[in-house]
Amino acid sequence: MSSIRLADIGPAEIAAEKRRAPLAFGLSPRAQALRWAIWAGIAGYLLYLHWLFDFSRVFTGLERLWVIVRLMIDWTGFSGWDHTELILSMLETVAMAYLGSMLAVVIAVPLGFMGARNIVPQPIFRFFTRRLFDGMRGIDQLIWALVFVRAVGLGPIAGILAICVADTGVLAKLFAEAIENIDRRQLEGVTSTGAGKVSALRFGVLPQILPVMISQTLYQIESNSREATILGLVGAGGIGLRLSERIQINAWDQVAYVIVLVLITVAVIDNLSRLLRMRLIGTPSLRG
Amino acid sequence: MTQTNPTNDPSYRLFQQRVGALRRARIAETWLTITVIVLLFIVSAVWTDFSPEKIAAGIPRIGEYFGKLFSIEPKRGAPPISVLAWPHVFGGVKEPQSILYWFYRIDIYATLLWQTVQMAILATVMGFTAAFVLCFPATGTLLPLRPVVFAVRRLLEILRTIPQVVLAFIFVWPFGIGPLAGILAIGIHTTGALGKLFAELNENADQRAVEGIRSVGGSWLAQMRYGVVPQVLPGFFSYGLLRFEINVRSSTIIGFVGAGGIGAELKRVIGFNIYEEVSAMVILILLMVVALDVTSEKIRHRFIVGRGA
Repeated sequence: MSSIRLADIGPAEIAAEKRRAPLAFGLSPRAQALRWAIWAGIAGYLLYLHWLFDFSRVFTGLERLWVIVRLMIDWTGFSGWDHTELILSMLETVAMAYLGSMLAVVIAVPLGFMGARNIVPQPIFRFFTRRLFDGMRGIDQLIWALVFVRAVGLGPIAGILAICVADTGVLAKLFAEAIENIDRRQLEGVTSTGAGKVSALRFGVLPQILPVMISQTLYQIESNSREATILGLVGAGGIGLRLSERIQINAWDQVAYVIVLVLITVAVIDNLSRLLRMRLIGTPSLRG
Repeated sequence: MTQTNPTNDPSYRLFQQRVGALRRARIAETWLTITVIVLLFIVSAVWTDFSPEKIAAGIPRIGEYFGKLFSIEPKRGAPPISVLAWPHVFGGVKEPQSILYWFYRIDIYATLLWQTVQMAILATVMGFTAAFVLCFPATGTLLPLRPVVFAVRRLLEILRTIPQVVLAFIFVWPFGIGPLAGILAIGIHTTGALGKLFAELNENADQRAVEGIRSVGGSWLAQMRYGVVPQVLPGFFSYGLLRFEINVRSSTIIGFVGAGGIGAELKRVIGFNIYEEVSAMVILILLMVVALDVTSEKIRHRFIVGRGA
């Protein structure tokens, strides 16, 4: 085998090598054409979307957006705003999120057991419970809120029910998965010492699923206090109602104030929930 | 072999005392936690007027409402009948209790659903692009300028914490009623959410490739382009698709504040109590969401296997 020196390689050698192994020198013309066609298709599709939604309006709207932003950061009327009303509504939103999540937990625990394969081996029954969870979860909280406002009237109760129903779907699914994933050996160990059914559940199953349940519940309270701020936009109580009033009368400075209030509340709840999670199960994050 | 009674051993008794004290502390803590949870529950219930009487009064009305959702009045003032009945299921548009009669406005729903999905796609593309640009300066391991990293991280945090429906409601004023406000609102939220996830992926990227590019004199952009992007791009696409699923759900409701999609129509039929249309639309939305979820999950599994999130 002769050694190749760099000085010996000229254009002729490169051309010969290119004929011998064309793929080593990049994609074939056909593959390249295909790649360009795909990119052109994506670009064309995005252009179609821009046309569909009349995207150029963004630039004419920016000017008006800038007016709104300037009005938002002007807080000279701060002392005249109805702080008590806003802060009480904010607390109402948090209370709604807490109540809704807690009710959801109470309902989701038995449902979770019913949806777990190792508790209910009957496949048809389990199929329907699982689809029920999917349905509750798949319909957005805001749609539930609109429906409950029609059913029970305006006010926080509609919001609480909406949070509760949407959350029951999420939590029941997660609980069912946690119950399905328990380690049988721990349960068998407890049973082998002669423990009864209650003790087996208490010492064999509960320690395995409780951390997951606590973690998920805390996470739901966190995310619900975020979501609940918008439920008021459809009349389901809380800060959202005040926010929508202020947007409708174009009181942009107060809108900004309400958003800041929401951001602060959400940050406080996030941190509280992280501390609690650390204290109760020893891991700071959801997936610990 | 001498058998001593362990209970007489002083260290054993100390051990027992310690265990007892710890156990009592643990039990006390558990009860305290439960008390606090229940107390908070009661305070919240009183605060929001969530009384048992109101619930008891509300439950029959909820049942009644959901019953009405699945019933129709074949003629004005006629007693309501169930929305589907077996002998008529496959009948024509004019025949009550058939599927076609129930979904008689399906062409309008289909147009609106199509618009909704396009909104979600455009918003995801926008958010993905912006997040792609912002995630590199938001990664501390890739950019040694601490103030920049801090500023970009806070910016992403603010973008994802403002509820997107609120943002859409505000955007309706400068950009007009219609899908554009919704797309921008969802796009901004997507930027914040994806930017954080992308930055986390960047942090976990292997630094050796970056060092390799730097050692041959590559600029910072070249280091990112050839050192980081090839490692993280599959993860980015996986998160992007997951976000698309979430955005489809968001764009179905963003119309409630006038920001386009099927939400405006849904709000109208709920508001006017056109019961059978409410159920028809909700069923269609559910079907679409489930179908897109399943498709996108299949695609995601091709990008990354085993990364559940």
